[in-house]
Amino acid sequence: MTSISGQNAQRVSRSPSSGGRGTFVAWAFILPAFAFYATFVLVPVGMSIYYSLLRWDGIGKAQFRGLSNYLVVLSESDFLQILGNAFQLVVYFTVIPVAIGLGVASAIRNHLGGRFGVAARTILFIPQVIPLVAAGIAWTWMFASNGVVNQALQLIGLGGITRGWLGDFDFALPAVGVIGAWVLLGLCTMLLVTGIARIDPSLYEAAKIDGASPWHEFRWITLPGLRQEIGVCVTVTVIAALASFDIVYIATGGGPGIQTTVPGLEIYRLAFAHRQVGLASALAVVLMVLVIVCVLPIQWLTRQPK
Amino acid sequence: MTEAALSGAVSRRHSPAAPLPVGAISARIILLGLMLVTLMPFVTMFSAALAPSGTYPPGLQWPSNPQWQNFADAFVSAKMDKLLLSSTLIALGVVPVAVLIGTMAGFGLAKLAPRGSKVIYLLFVLGLTLPFEGIITPLYYEVRAMGLLNTKFAIILPLIGLYMPFSIFWMRAHFVNVPAEMSEAAEIDGASAWQQFWLVQVPIARPAILSLAILQFLWTWNQFLLPIVLVEIPLERTMAGALGAFQGQWGTNIPLLCAGSLIILAPTVILFLVFQKQFVAALLQGAVKG
Repeated sequence: MTSISGQNAQRVSRSPSSGGRGTFVAWAFILPAFAFYATFVLVPVGMSIYYSLLRWDGIGKAQFRGLSNYLVVLSESDFLQILGNAFQLVVYFTVIPVAIGLGVASAIRNHLGGRFGVAARTILFIPQVIPLVAAGIAWTWMFASNGVVNQALQLIGLGGITRGWLGDFDFALPAVGVIGAWVLLGLCTMLLVTGIARIDPSLYEAAKIDGASPWHEFRWITLPGLRQEIGVCVTVTVIAALASFDIVYIATGGGPGIQTTVPGLEIYRLAFAHRQVGLASALAVVLMVLVIVCVLPIQWLTRQPK
Repeated sequence: MTEAALSGAVSRRHSPAAPLPVGAISARIILLGLMLVTLMPFVTMFSAALAPSGTYPPGLQWPSNPQWQNFADAFVSAKMDKLLLSSTLIALGVVPVAVLIGTMAGFGLAKLAPRGSKVIYLLFVLGLTLPFEGIITPLYYEVRAMGLLNTKFAIILPLIGLYMPFSIFWMRAHFVNVPAEMSEAAEIDGASAWQQFWLVQVPIARPAILSLAILQFLWTWNQFLLPIVLVEIPLERTMAGALGAFQGQWGTNIPLLCAGSLIILAPTVILFLVFQKQFVAALLQGAVKG
């Protein structure tokens, strides 16, 4: 904050036109927000980086350990699996909602009418307004050994594959992925449906006259037209997957084993249960960097051409 | 913009007299399927919530003897009244302050833009993708050092800071698009920046401010990580934070857990149904801009 008042002073002396008072007022508008942001975000980010260089149990004296925590996070097999889990979740959180959303948007194009349209919009948005924790509890019950998923499987003659999905070594992570897909499906669908309604209908009419196949229509009109909306869906869902916590905490607690443990959960556990603050912070820094590294290219790819 | 497009999609429907084309019918069938999948978890929770307390009911079955008082039991045993109050107080502590200072900063960065403010804006934007888990550990020690651990302020103050990137991004985007003539007219009248902000800019910004308030309210109400780390007593937390504790408490009593979960998710769903249009617009635009 000292740097701001420093800049402020410079500006005051340098700008006779607007006058020192004007700059002072301008900064007065910005400063309260920046003070909160600096105190509760920038300082903690800095502290995360600092802690990541320590070996510290949160109580006693900390030892400086350099980058060794990062070495552990980026080379030990458990940590690699945990980071890998986050990327596997991306497949479910992102690919399923975007694919279904695109399918629905292309099928609906302009047909989402009247009361039915409003009802669809309302219902599909409900998962967005409930706490993720509630979604986790609801789906824990859906996936339970006598839950709806198994009931449905029995109904269609697949009783042989029923199981407690969230406790199953192979299926727990996909099951968690399905929960995330359910939460994000409505948002993505509505974003894409809204987006496709903005595409000039004459493009589709022209394509029809030219005898274009539905696939060509989709490939050359819908996809380019929805570029920005797809970018938004992918960005939001990728962040939701990489930074997932609530759903996993409630649905599986990271188990069985570490099959569904994600970075967010491991940070929480390391810092507050195992008191390995340094290691937790190194993982936290890796997670923050990972999110930015994944999101920036998506933004570049989908925003610039417009 | 989004709202206009939405109503555009709605108004372009076929007149009721004309038969629906095949595309429209198949689209409706797909949508019906999606709606069913969306609602199923709630339906199964509801069916379980009506089963006798302590039993292990099948996923979907209308109970022969619905136990409506499970809801009352869950309400009482979870002290839902206290939780509602606690959540409301936390939201009241966060949203007005965060909206006010976010709007002010958005205005300052867009319209007053003192030298050096570009760097500050960039710093804010960098926070847009920040996962809360990334800073939760130092936040714990910081809040503890402030002596706020286990108080509502442990949730309120950090959330205000954490909401700043989006709030400022959102409000600045709004103010940048307000034509300059408006503020110039006010300047000629001799209005100070402060008067201009309140008398000219805030009234025009009302829809953007309302959307921002709705989003911040939802995020606060549903916030889970901060409450479970920073506040030990479930009753002092948000609804979502308390739900985590109840899962441990009732984990084996499925009917009560389901009844309690439904009660906990009811307030936001009811608010959503009442202010549906504003919520949908806020969520869609929020996603686009965020």
